[in-house]
Amino acid sequence: MTTSSPIISTEGLGRDFKLRDGLRRRILTAVDDLSFSIQPGEAVGYIGANGAGKSTTIKMITGILVPTRGEVTTCGLRPMADRRELARQIGVVFGQRTQLWWDLPVRESFTILAAIHGLTPAEERARTEELVDQLELAEFLSTPVRQLSLGQRMRAEVTAALLHSPRLVILDEPTIGLDVLSKQRLREFLVAERADHGTTLLLTTHDMGDVERLCDRVLLVDRGRLVWDGTLSGLSRTVGAQRVLVVDLAASTPDLVDVPDTQHLGSEGSGLRQRLAFDPEATTAAKVLAAVSERVEVLDLAVEEPDVEDVVRRVYAARR
Amino acid sequence: MADLTAGLTAGLRPYRAVLSSRIRSQRSYRANFTIDLISSLLVGIVELAEVAVLFLNVDRLGGLEFTQILIVFGLADMAFSLADLAFGHCDNLPTYLRAGTLDVFYLRPQPLLLQLITSDISLRRLARALVGLVALISGLVLADLDWSWSAVALLVIALVSGTTTFAAMFVWAAGAQFFLIDGAEATNAFVYGGRYAASQPASVWNRPLTVLFGFFFPMAFTAYLPVVTLLGLPGSDLLPAWLGWCAPLAAIWTWAMALLAWRIGVRHYQGGGG
Repeated sequence: MTTSSPIISTEGLGRDFKLRDGLRRRILTAVDDLSFSIQPGEAVGYIGANGAGKSTTIKMITGILVPTRGEVTTCGLRPMADRRELARQIGVVFGQRTQLWWDLPVRESFTILAAIHGLTPAEERARTEELVDQLELAEFLSTPVRQLSLGQRMRAEVTAALLHSPRLVILDEPTIGLDVLSKQRLREFLVAERADHGTTLLLTTHDMGDVERLCDRVLLVDRGRLVWDGTLSGLSRTVGAQRVLVVDLAASTPDLVDVPDTQHLGSEGSGLRQRLAFDPEATTAAKVLAAVSERVEVLDLAVEEPDVEDVVRRVYAARR
Repeated sequence: MADLTAGLTAGLRPYRAVLSSRIRSQRSYRANFTIDLISSLLVGIVELAEVAVLFLNVDRLGGLEFTQILIVFGLADMAFSLADLAFGHCDNLPTYLRAGTLDVFYLRPQPLLLQLITSDISLRRLARALVGLVALISGLVLADLDWSWSAVALLVIALVSGTTTFAAMFVWAAGAQFFLIDGAEATNAFVYGGRYAASQPASVWNRPLTVLFGFFFPMAFTAYLPVVTLLGLPGSDLLPAWLGWCAPLAAIWTWAMALLAWRIGVRHYQGGGG
């Protein structure tokens, strides 16, 4: 397999669902005319609102659903026809469904899955040890799955999906419901896994922290159609999302409402900390900072990147 | 052939892992497991008692005496319990469908049906098989049979075919779940109703029932017909005694139906045919 051939490629991919609405039937187009390709080693965030067609796309990529139109190739295979061969090369984590045996100890699920994937005892031991170590599972390996906390269960799910060392890992809402620390740990693991094994990541998420920290490319879908394919910052720029400059000032200052090309968002500590939004197309952080410094001494500063939920909202708003 | 054997070994390795996990976990929840076993045992005994109570009032039912019915009951119950032990959790398919767990099966390198079957095993159902075994043995001892090799062969064929037939019933019901919403009630009528039918003398059924449980879902072939053949009884118009040897054909027919239902069901799920 050459590195230049894409690991996922879709061409005009589409899927309709027939719905029965009382006596009437109508056709819902969940995904339409979707064309993109992902190279081995990439980390891609697949984002969009609920019902935008994310899960449907994933099901077509992994061979669970038959496409209504178009072509999809995953790992050079036809997902539906070569399902079993494909299953050896991909790992999928569903945030909201489990592939563990809920009443058996965590360790037993790994043993069964290793048997399902036909790992040799040596492979099984080495890979399990690696994952248990990196995801810190040791303390609850002999606990039945049903007794795990959500964070623990997610780590066990990820281990289960990655046990056979897949080249492509697809994560469907992997951090949903996790606390900040668990999210952080999972993201760090995924970054390390990608660095160590060159694993390709495709993840759907509502958590923009996931995209910001894990992905170098974003695919945004709206009503089943691809509306953006590129970097996250590029997307933010395109829709004119604002950046925010936060300044800590040396003295209490009245609200800085007169700085050119900015919008004053708020002040804290009787004007000691102020937040100014600006459009990166109209000005730069440096210009804004210079303008503020003319008025008052700046002790510290931070620049907040646009909230991506906001970006998505703007894209949707612009299209409607 | 070597390929097939290797394939089968690889296919069954997860099953061995599941089985040993189950045994280990049931050993560690010993009290729980014991209660499970006892409750299954009680259900089996109550059903056997039902048959016994019936014979307090009648001497014969459908041309069979109590000891002969005991063989039918034992054979049917044991075959069903063994099938239930290995295939009974196919009943969980609606839960898997609703929770989306079935998608997970698609992401593993094995046939879906094999995964569904080997995903679990319910050891407590062994208790039911034990009730069947005791009924079967007592019936055979009390009925005062002329033992011969062909009698032994007939019994073995009947038990294996019966278990296979019931297993297919579970698979058929699972296939139907892809179409039916909350359809377990409907299919249970045939799976568990079939089990009940199998433990009765088919000669008492009316014509439509004979067509349904005699041939379409060939329940009469799992116990009644082999026993009629075994005991040298005359049988009936629709169900002559020689059919007792045809139990394997009934098993093949049921499996053909089951695999077809499964195939159509899976197609429907993926949206290919539906």
